[in-house]
Amino acid sequence: MHFKSDSSGMTTTLPTDTGPRLPGLIRRLTGDEKHSPSAHSTIDVLQVLYDRVLRVTPDTVDDPERDRFLLSKGHGPAAYYAVLAAHGFIPDAWLDDLAGPHSRLGHHPDRLLVPGVEIGSGSLGHGLGLAVGTALGLRAQGLHTPRVYVLLGDAELDEGSNHEAIVYAGATGLDRLTAIVVDNSSATHGWSGGIASRFTVNGWTADAIDGRDHTALYRALTGHLPRRPHLVVARVESKG
Amino acid sequence: MTVMRAAFIDSTVALLDEDPRTALVLADISASQFAEAGRRHPDRVLNVGIREQLMIGVAGGLALTGLRPIVHTYATFLVDRTYEQIKLDLDHQGVGAVLVSIGASYDGSAEGRTHQSPGDVALIDSLGDGWTVRVPGHPDEVAPLLRHAAPSDDPVYLRLSEQRNAEAYPDADRLRVLRQGGTNAPLVVAVGPTLDAVLPATEAMDVTVAYTHTPRPFDTAGLRALAGTEVVLVEPYLAGTSSAVVSRALADVPHRLLALGVGQTDLRRYGGPADHTRWHGLDAAGLRLSISAFLGSAGR
Repeated sequence: MHFKSDSSGMTTTLPTDTGPRLPGLIRRLTGDEKHSPSAHSTIDVLQVLYDRVLRVTPDTVDDPERDRFLLSKGHGPAAYYAVLAAHGFIPDAWLDDLAGPHSRLGHHPDRLLVPGVEIGSGSLGHGLGLAVGTALGLRAQGLHTPRVYVLLGDAELDEGSNHEAIVYAGATGLDRLTAIVVDNSSATHGWSGGIASRFTVNGWTADAIDGRDHTALYRALTGHLPRRPHLVVARVESKG
Repeated sequence: MTVMRAAFIDSTVALLDEDPRTALVLADISASQFAEAGRRHPDRVLNVGIREQLMIGVAGGLALTGLRPIVHTYATFLVDRTYEQIKLDLDHQGVGAVLVSIGASYDGSAEGRTHQSPGDVALIDSLGDGWTVRVPGHPDEVAPLLRHAAPSDDPVYLRLSEQRNAEAYPDADRLRVLRQGGTNAPLVVAVGPTLDAVLPATEAMDVTVAYTHTPRPFDTAGLRALAGTEVVLVEPYLAGTSSAVVSRALADVPHRLLALGVGQTDLRRYGGPADHTRWHGLDAAGLRLSISAFLGSAGR
């Protein structure tokens, strides 16, 4: 991994490609030889974020100027742990004992146990509110460089708490915030009229893209505009 | 006469002016009283509308960035409604906030059950032992308690009420003896605004009366020093909320405990707070009956 310092003194990650390492790291977590990494709906979003977008490294996990990534959808965090290991936030060896009695890595991540993890999550519908508060806290302290990214699932949007946050972030033009919804069509009653419309009607900008296409993901994840929060809907194949 | 809510608003406005770490999160309740402070500090006075889940989530996020959030609405919306947000967005993230409620158990007696929260302190108790719970009995106790909470990062619940005592005891974070009984006299502990009913209720009884506005952490050292074999708890929220704390503190000492407070049953009655105090047996006459029966049952 390569580092440089920008004008804020913050070390940033230069584009890198962890793609070749991720399948092996994920297999250490799941012990699963059959499923390819594409079985993990979030893997491509996470890889593009950590390889190319987020300004955070193992050395800056406590730096106020770092970008924040909040995994709201704490379910199935294998891809998340693999990406954290690939970028050196956690030792690879931690991957070998997922949810064991002495493991720091559980089926839902705990921010007090895992370096680089911004929030403990697992109960759905908590990350977006925390992300809104984080963005507000950064703004109140004049920290205008860091961006807050929060990843949700399409079924997670069932939780009403998200809709409290969507309306408020839009109404207040919280432009440090990007929400990413990985859409694998798993919401029981679907989202008639589309997921993005729930956000755009409240003043968000939105990009709906192929969640496996790294070029499209990068463009969408950096496609925010001033004075409006941004949504990325990353469509992936149905859970089946 | 200053009421607790006004004392809270004045102190919070002063904190917002003095300390750039202070942030206030509202869900419409009391928003107009903070409008002027909001114009001075638009990034730190945040009214999310009638969105209590978001209110706690925002507080958690603010705290994660190093700010000190003060979060305020009616107790039932602040604690009962957002229980999982308090558990996960604050406690599980390892961050704190100052939660300041109004309404208490039945200040909103005429509003009905929907505006009453006798179980708030019990819910906070279920979260773990990191919480400080303040239940002031007088408006003059509010400002010092808020000012004490502001510089730390710990979780604090400040429970305001329209019920109040005549005298303020700002230093009563530990059991403060207001009436000393004889050797090994029964100990009556009055929490917050119950004191002014406890004093007349125990008039001419040989009991020690101690007061505190801080049930968590409970002053267990003071309790052990003051308690004989009989202890009476009088709390302005769910009866028995502090029973487990007292029982643990006195586990190695033979003792009897009477825990008085608000009953669990939804009375489905309106009326005034004084009516509810009486119906729950927390007025002076009701307390006197309960305490006399308890002490009499020991052969006194």
